[in-house]
Amino acid sequence: MAFSIYDFTSFNQAIDHALYASLPPVLAVIVEMTIIGLVFLVFYAVVGLFLVYAERKVCAFMQNRVGPNRVGPYGIFQTIADFIKLLMKELISIKNSDKLLFNLAPFIVIIASFMAIAAIPFGKGLQAIDFDIGILYVIAVSSLGVVGILLAGWSSNNKYSLIGAMRSGAQIISYELSVGLSLLTIIVLAGTMQFSQIVEGQANGWFIFKGHIPAFIAFILFLIASTAETNRGPFDLAEAESELTAGFHTEYSGIKFAFFFLAEYMNMFIVASIAATVFLGGWMPFHFSGWAGFNHVMDYIPPFVWYLGKTAFVIFLMMWFKWTFPRLRIDQLLNLEWKYLLPINLVNILVMAFIVLMGWHF
Amino acid sequence: MTTNQFMFFLFATIIVVFSVLTVTSRRILRAATFLLFVLVSTAGLYFMLKFNFLAAIQLTLYAGGIVVLIIFSILLTSQIAEKLEQPALTKKIFAGLAAVIGASLCIYTILLYNFIPSNLPSIGTNVDTIGQALISTGKYGYALPFEVISILLLSAMIGSIIVAKKRKD
Repeated sequence: MAFSIYDFTSFNQAIDHALYASLPPVLAVIVEMTIIGLVFLVFYAVVGLFLVYAERKVCAFMQNRVGPNRVGPYGIFQTIADFIKLLMKELISIKNSDKLLFNLAPFIVIIASFMAIAAIPFGKGLQAIDFDIGILYVIAVSSLGVVGILLAGWSSNNKYSLIGAMRSGAQIISYELSVGLSLLTIIVLAGTMQFSQIVEGQANGWFIFKGHIPAFIAFILFLIASTAETNRGPFDLAEAESELTAGFHTEYSGIKFAFFFLAEYMNMFIVASIAATVFLGGWMPFHFSGWAGFNHVMDYIPPFVWYLGKTAFVIFLMMWFKWTFPRLRIDQLLNLEWKYLLPINLVNILVMAFIVLMGWHF
Repeated sequence: MTTNQFMFFLFATIIVVFSVLTVTSRRILRAATFLLFVLVSTAGLYFMLKFNFLAAIQLTLYAGGIVVLIIFSILLTSQIAEKLEQPALTKKIFAGLAAVIGASLCIYTILLYNFIPSNLPSIGTNVDTIGQALISTGKYGYALPFEVISILLLSAMIGSIIVAKKRKD
């Protein structure tokens, strides 16, 4: 069994062959799906805990504070302690609420993010499912999450929750357009929607450099629109603490609240990894054409380290936004999307199509 | 039973059960949620047929778009304690009769029809082929229907803007 941290394809194939050789096909498929499910569960827990810690540290850094520093060295066990506390909290059941929908909502949100992460390439051969319509699939399943938010807001029977859900619905429906169009700009350049081919296409240069200015504009538009789509600040009107207590998840407690919390952070992670994959080359190392020695050194860094580094960079950018800009009003939010982002995006796609047609990209 | 058959029966059961629940539930938001399950399972069927593009469109348009719009309008108009009224018994009986007759007619016709496996070459379902077909004017091209639908959509959009616009009187 050939195992290499640079290419997981042969490793995965070896496991696949071993399973099919020893088990009937149906059972082999079930075992494979279980393994992948467990891997993603562990990944969710680890990344979720780490992102919460990172957010608190970054926030503290921006505000000239220390942040969590008591539990473990530099407070790294703080989120684990918080998580145990969350697990032990009572699940409060609300009178006069729609119990079925109230309990269903957190699951819809988390399932939508689980479906989206399946298509993300983490490294060479490290991808659960490689659709030929990869990007379209991710856009499609991530649009399901808003249903969970709307249901949560309505079934809590609380006016703050309802206002939060309404705001988040309006916000996500409008910003989905900009997310889709900015990704479409890169699809025009890449000529494919399949994630593995998009990454392969960036072997000799990332799309953000290959596509000149339109690709860079698309990257910025994607960052703005996807921050809004994940309900993060400065677009966090749906859970604006100072106006709506906590917005759509006001009435949730314990593990159900943790689901919303985790889904929010994982959505940020998914959005950041799409940005890293589509604009910044995914797991492709940084290459300069002509600098053979430099390229060789870059190849020594394993692909998933590249991927995680780029994703962490985009996540840091999004946290930077959140702790720098004040929250928008709902009318400003909708103006920004419909009067600025959408027209810029449409023109940008035309410019990109023209550049690709003329062959000006490299 | 192969895995494919098992998945088909799973999706089919989900679709049938939740379709019935959608029309029988007396809480309107629950009905909308059950409709969401039906639409998502239909997308699952498309994925099973390896028609990924249609599946993704089903998820974006129906599950992510139309159901969200329905839920949105329910949020704006209805209260949590509201339950739809029970319809009168005669209405129930006639609606049931109509449903049974319609369903049996459909099933009868489907069973009667002799399905012949097509031996035409598959033209593929990838995005490339679909995109080329949408703008080609030759054989198997859909340029004209595509343009007609675009004009229809445009006029619908203009119409909705006019309806939503505030009048100055």
